[in-house]
This record gives sequence, structure tokens and C-alpha cells, in this order.
Amino acid sequence: MMDNTEKKYQVRAFLNRDGARKRIKNRRFLDEFSKKLFGSSTLIAVVVLGILFYRIIRDSIGWLDFDFLRNNLSIFPEKAGIFGAMAGTLWLMAVVIPVTIILGVSTAIYLEEYAKKGKLQSLINMNIANLAGVPSVIFGLLGLTVFRRFLGLGSSVLAGGLTLSLLVLPIIVVASQEAIKAVPNHLKEAAYAMGATKWTVVRTVVLPASLPGILTGCILSISRAIGETAPLVVLGVPALIMKVPDSIMSDFTALPLQIYYWTLDAVLTAEYANLAAATIVVLLSALLLLNSIAIYIRNKYQQRY
Amino acid sequence: MSKIENEQNKQDIENKENKENKEKKDTIYNVKDLSLWYGETQALKNINLEIKRNEVTAIIGPSGCGKSTFIKTLNRMIDNIPGVKTTGEIQYHNRDIFDKDNWVEELRTQVGMVFQKPNPFPKSIFENVVYGPKIHGIRGKSDLNQIAEESLKGAALWEEVKDRLGDNAYGLSGGQQQRLCIARSLAVQPEVLLMDEPTSALDPIATHKIEELIAELKKDYTIVIVTHSMQQAARISDKTAFFLMGELIEFGDTDQIFTTPKDQRTEDYITGRFG
Repeated sequence: MMDNTEKKYQVRAFLNRDGARKRIKNRRFLDEFSKKLFGSSTLIAVVVLGILFYRIIRDSIGWLDFDFLRNNLSIFPEKAGIFGAMAGTLWLMAVVIPVTIILGVSTAIYLEEYAKKGKLQSLINMNIANLAGVPSVIFGLLGLTVFRRFLGLGSSVLAGGLTLSLLVLPIIVVASQEAIKAVPNHLKEAAYAMGATKWTVVRTVVLPASLPGILTGCILSISRAIGETAPLVVLGVPALIMKVPDSIMSDFTALPLQIYYWTLDAVLTAEYANLAAATIVVLLSALLLLNSIAIYIRNKYQQRY
Repeated sequence: MSKIENEQNKQDIENKENKENKEKKDTIYNVKDLSLWYGETQALKNINLEIKRNEVTAIIGPSGCGKSTFIKTLNRMIDNIPGVKTTGEIQYHNRDIFDKDNWVEELRTQVGMVFQKPNPFPKSIFENVVYGPKIHGIRGKSDLNQIAEESLKGAALWEEVKDRLGDNAYGLSGGQQQRLCIARSLAVQPEVLLMDEPTSALDPIATHKIEELIAELKKDYTIVIVTHSMQQAARISDKTAFFLMGELIEFGDTDQIFTTPKDQRTEDYITGRFG
């Protein structure tokens, strides 16, 4: 009971204590419930991933050894290896890496430093970002039409590499743009004030400062390209290649392709499933390594200014 | 007239011409009817003033009066801001800096700038100082070393960093970073040093060190300094320009401005009635 008569001012009780208590009780329940809901969603994802890893590793035991890595393809599953596939993937990356870096970083530099900010620049930005969402099969069609047929490159490493480069270009352009945008203006002003031209400022101040971000973008785009299967299938890369590629015009096979074809043929030959599993382990390990490096670089060089 | 008187007259005329030439030579900047617009807004209205060699010219005025905008026109840093329009002339050694034939990069090698917030590059102290000479073609190691030492001495920073030139510039304190930025500008061997509120981000002791530095620097350089502190302007400058809402209200010797200002608005600002 409050004695209001002696107070200097009246405080109108607008908070109904009982109603509030009930509402708070509901909200606390909702709080616990959502925590459990989100937790179980995460748990589902982790469990699915765990089952995947378990089955793959279980299927690959006994099949993943040094001979597996050293041998090339063979009709006999015990003798088959992924040497050719690994070589093919490396050859592909030898095309993808320079093409994406040169094209991607140049595009990012142009869009951020040289292009006049306006409707046209926004339009280009939006289109590049949207390309990242285009299904990879469509890039396969593009590669088929332009690189294989129109330019006559066949199903060579070059054709496959160029197709994959276009696929991952948006990743590196956007990552580089973000890195370049993050370079503070006052650093560029200091350089301009000493008589530097725009290219000098880009070369000596902007690029060195944005290098970690650009590098992260590179690594992420490589790790995407390594695992892409659909574009190569549509491009018409043959299923059985015995020769290890020796030039960019050679035919090739790649790790994700091997996984795909062995999985298909596992219906007839059960051991192919084990080979596929072993290849998956190799591919996932490579991806894990690449992504870890990317995350490490990003964390180490965050906030240097 | 006798021969001797002729000689005397000739001498007088020569002396007078020399004095006029010297006064003309002493004018580094001649700003004529400068007006500037940011889009539709007029930021500078008909500015007329002269900057003379080896003097410290202070620019004072309340926030938003156009002082930073004005100093940025002197080395055309406003070029980097889109939508800026100017009319009028700024003559640097009798050549209009807005003329198409005069390259802005060349102007900036003769007119350096130090900013309000110290902005060293994320590189070593040494690399910061020699950045200017390097981009302008000086490669020789011994040349660069000499330039670095002289510039750092000129900025009163040499003794503090001579043993750690390879360290990252960000390890220095705020005052040291600002002196590093001054050294960096000096390394390009400019004639003029523009300073846009160089001590407003620093503590009083660092501020004092830089003010002492400015007193030394003016022997070899011409300095224009924007400051929001009237006390600072009174302490270190020879000439003072008072800006208000984009107009130059009064310009003259610092002593005169602060003791007997001609304009009522100047007096109001100085005595703290507004600003």
C-alpha cells in the first residue's frame, strides 16, 4: 500500500504488475523455446554432415592409399587411381587462377577507382553480383557454345578452364571490390597530395592495402572451381581419359568428374563406390585446406588501420 | 644634371625596381576573385588574397566558414570531390593553377599538404618518408637514405626514430605520426606547406612541438595553416585571414588583426562573441 498523499507528485500506475508478470513468463518460455529450436536446427545440420563424413570415410578405408594417388585410371578397381584426375584438376587451376586474377582484379579496380559512380556503375555491379547466383549448368552451356564450338577449343583444359573462370569470376570481383572499397580515403588523399597520379595511388597504396581481401577472394574462387562438375559435364569432357594432360589443349578429367562417373558406374561395379568415396576424401581435404587458409588470412589481416 | 646625379638617379630607379621585383617575387600565391560551389551551394565567395614567401599565413573562422575548402583549392585537392565548380583564378608564381596546361601532379610536388588526422601509410617509417621521392623517380639507395634523414630531421623526428626506421609507422604516437606526415611532405622538397588543422587531433604537448616546428620550418618554406584555435593563430602566424560563411572578411598582419581589427565581425569572433 502506497501512501500517495505525502508525495510531491503523483506517479500514475500504468504498469499492471500481474499482467506484466504473465507476459514476462510467456516471453521467457519463448526464449527457451527458440533457443532449443535453433539449437536443434544446428544439430540436424551437424548430424547430417556427420553421417556424410562417416559413410564416406567408412567406404574409403582400405581404398585410399598412396597407390590410389599414384595410379591412373584402370578397368580394374583395385588398380585404379586418381593421378590423372589430380593432374587434370591442377591443369584446370593453372588456367583458372591467372585468368580470374587478371580479369577479376582489373574489373574490381575499374569499378571502384575509375568508373564514374552513377546508374551505369550500379547496373554493372548488380549484374556481376547476380551472376554469382546463376546455376553452374548454364555456364556449361556457355562454355559449350563459345569455347568448345565457336572458338573450336574442343573439350580441352583451356575450354574447361575458361568456362570455370567465368563461373567463379563474380566471386573474386565482389571480394576484391569490397577489399578495395575498405581502403580508407585519407590514405589515398595523402598520396594524391604528394603529386601521385591515380594509377600510382592504386599501385602503391590501394592494392597493397587490399591484398589480403583480394587473396581471400582468390582462394574462395579456386575452392569453388575445384569442385564444379556440371559445367564440365555439359562441356562434354569424356568419361574415360587414360592420358595425363600435357598441355592446355589436352583432354582431361578432373576430381569431381571422377567422383560423378564412378558413382554412376557403381550400379554395375560396387567397388567404384569405394573409389568415389576415396576421391571425395581427397577433394574435401583439399577444400578444407584452401578454406582454412582463406579464413586464416582474413582473420590475421582484419583491421590493420 | 651632372654625371654623378645621373648615376644617382639610375641607382635609385634600379633600387626601386629591385624592391618591386622582390615584392613581386615574394608573392607565392595570388588568389583573384575565387568563388567555389559544391553543386548548388556556394562555399567560397570572391576570395582575394596573397600568400607571401617564408611567412606563416593562418586561416581562422568558425566551423563551416570555408577555410578547409579554401586551403584545398591551393593544391587542387578539391578536384577529387565530384560536383565542384570554381570561378576566378589562383595564381601560383603568376600561373593560374586551374589552367589546363598546368599539371596538378606537378603543382602538388611544389605544394605539400598535412591533414588534420595523421595519415601515415601502413608501411615502415622509412617507406613512408621516401614515398614521395620514390614515385617521382628517385631510386638510389643512398639518395633515399639521405632524403629520409634530412626530412626526418626537418620534421624534428629523426632522433626519436633513427634506430627503428623499419618499424611500422602505426607504432608511433599521434604526435609522432603527424611529424612523420610532415617529414613525408618535406621529402618531396616543396616550396609551400599547407596544413589543415594539423594539431586538432593532438594533445597539448604534441601541439606545442609542432608549433615550434612550424616556427623553424618557415625559414625555408611558406606555410598556410588552417586552425580553429585563435590562440594558435596568434602564436605562430605572420598574417591572418578571417573567413566567415565563405567570405574573406579581413586579411592582414596577425598583430593588427588581433589587436585592432578593422571589421566588427572580426572583432566579435576574436573576442569570442560567436564561433
